[in-house]
This record gives sequence, structure tokens and C-alpha cells, in this order.
Amino acid sequence: MLDTKGYPNRLGLRGWVGGGRWGLERYLYTLHRLTGLGLLVYFLLHIIVTSARAFGAAAWDASMARVTGPVFVAGEYLVFAAFVFHAANGVRLALVELGWAIGRPIEPVYPYRTSVDEQRPLAVGVLIVAALLAVVGGLDFFVLH
Amino acid sequence: MRDQRLWTWHVAAGLVVLVTLALHMAIMHLDALLGLFNPAGGHPIDWANVAARSRQGFFLVSYVVLLGAALFHGLYGLRTILHELGPGPALRRGVDVTLLAGGGVLFVFGAWAAWAAFALARTV
Ligand code: HEM
Repeated sequence: MLDTKGYPNRLGLRGWVGGGRWGLERYLYTLHRLTGLGLLVYFLLHIIVTSARAFGAAAWDASMARVTGPVFVAGEYLVFAAFVFHAANGVRLALVELGWAIGRPIEPVYPYRTSVDEQRPLAVGVLIVAALLAVVGGLDFFVLH
Repeated sequence: MRDQRLWTWHVAAGLVVLVTLALHMAIMHLDALLGLFNPAGGHPIDWANVAARSRQGFFLVSYVVLLGAALFHGLYGLRTILHELGPGPALRRGVDVTLLAGGGVLFVFGAWAAWAAFALARTV
């Protein structure tokens, strides 16, 4: 948790959405937060909807009948896409936050170099992996079914 | 210190979710490409497939592990977001207690459903 040391989070919601001059990783943060919350909402409902399987075939079929149709298929695809992004970016965050993938410390000699340059390939890699998996998922969701 | 420890568990739980949820997603949504654990054919949510998975000890255990890890990870993530908004100490405590109690209830309910489905699928 963030310790604000007496300074409130003055930017509030605007601070979550706007990337400002912080670059690509800052937008990945926004997307990570958005996908995390989206997955959580889906997951909490999913626990309840799928509990119908405890009551047998008829209860299960009735429960599934309530969540079918194109709107639910599209929604489930969004959940799938949110998962692949959040998972790939989550691995990046774990690597970066534990101190891997940020390069070795160097002398602060002008012209200064930033560790963002070390991290950037990983961020681009996350986007490529997530996009590829989202396409593969889309194939199964919309083309092969 | 306590928050640092909880945060480490949050990241560790994320990695557990990565493995278990990737398997779940592959079974449920990459069925046409991979065809994993759907012995009756057809759609992964057809009752025959659901019952066939539910009766296996492997799925009972992996679902309960996924349930617990994802509840902890997701609700701790929500707690971080709510705390960032800078609530006072009383509201903070309220957020913590609500999320902990809600997560506990959902865990017990979800684990019961997995167990009941396991027991039911074994009788037929
Ligand atoms: C697929 C495997 C997953 C991995 C590897 C993963 C990893 C992560 C990581 C590393 C963080 C950020 C921790 C930090 O930097 O402080 C995070 C945040 C979060 N995750 Fe996940 N996660 C996964 C799945 C999920 C799922 C299924 C949910 C929903 C139930 C979820 C909900 C959240 C939320 C709400 C946050 C907080 C976002 C924020 O603080 O901006 N995650 N996740």
C-alpha cells in the first residue's frame, strides 16, 4: 500500500487516467488497474453463477441459460483479453519491482541515461504477447465456434 | 512492515493465479484449438463436461487454490486502490474489515460449491 506520509492523493481519479509525461509504462499502469478491477467484478459474480453446479444438471443448465447470447460472448471475450494483458503485464511488474529487468546501477554521468530504456523492451514485449494471445483467443471465440 | 509482507503475498498469489487461471482459461475458452479436459466433446460448459471435471480430485484442489489466491489477490488489489484515495483511519479500517469479511464469506461459499459438486458428481 502507498504510504502518503500525510500528503493526500490530490490528483484523485485524474491521476489514475492521465499518463502525463510518464510515458508508455504509465498507460500500462492504468490498463493494469482497469483490467484488475474488471476481472475482479467478473470473478465475484462468476463464483455465484457457477455455484449452481453443486445442485445438479437442471440447476446448472438454468443458470447457464441466463448468461447466453452474443452480449455475454462479447463480455467473456473482454474478460479473456483483460486476463492475457493483466497476466503478461503482471509478470513484467513482478520482474521490475523485484529489481530484475531494470539494468545495473550506473554512475550518474552526463548525458544521463534512464533505466526506462532498460525496461522498455519488456513493456513492448508485454504488448506483443498480450496482442498475440488476444488474437488466438478471438479465433477460438468467434471463428472456430 | 505488515503491508510489505501482505504486498509480497499479493504478488505471490498473482503468480499462483497465473498458472491456475491460465489452465482454466485454456480449458474453457481455447476448447476448439486445444480440446483439453472436455471428455464429452461439445461445449466446455455442457453438463457432461462440467460433471466429468468436477468429479476429479485435481479440479477440486486446483479450483479451491484458484478461488483463494484470486480472492486474496483481487481484494488486496482493491484495498490498495481504495486506500490510495486517502480515507481517514476509521474508513480505512472499515474497508479492511468489509473486504476481509466479504472475501471470507465468498471463499467458504465457493469452496463449499466445489466440494458439493465433487461429491455429487461422484455419486452418479
Ligand atoms: C493472471 C495472473 C495475474 C497476475 C500475474 C497478476 C499480477 C498482478 C500484479 C504484479 C499486480 C500489481 C502489484 C503491484 O504492483 O503493487 C496486480 C494488481 C492487481 N490485480 Fe492482478 N494479477 C493476476 C490476476 C488477477 C485477477 C484474476 C484479478 C481479479 C480477481 C486481479 C486483480 C488485480 C487488482 C484489482 C490489482 C490492483 C491494481 C492496482 O493497484 O492498480 N489480478 N496484479
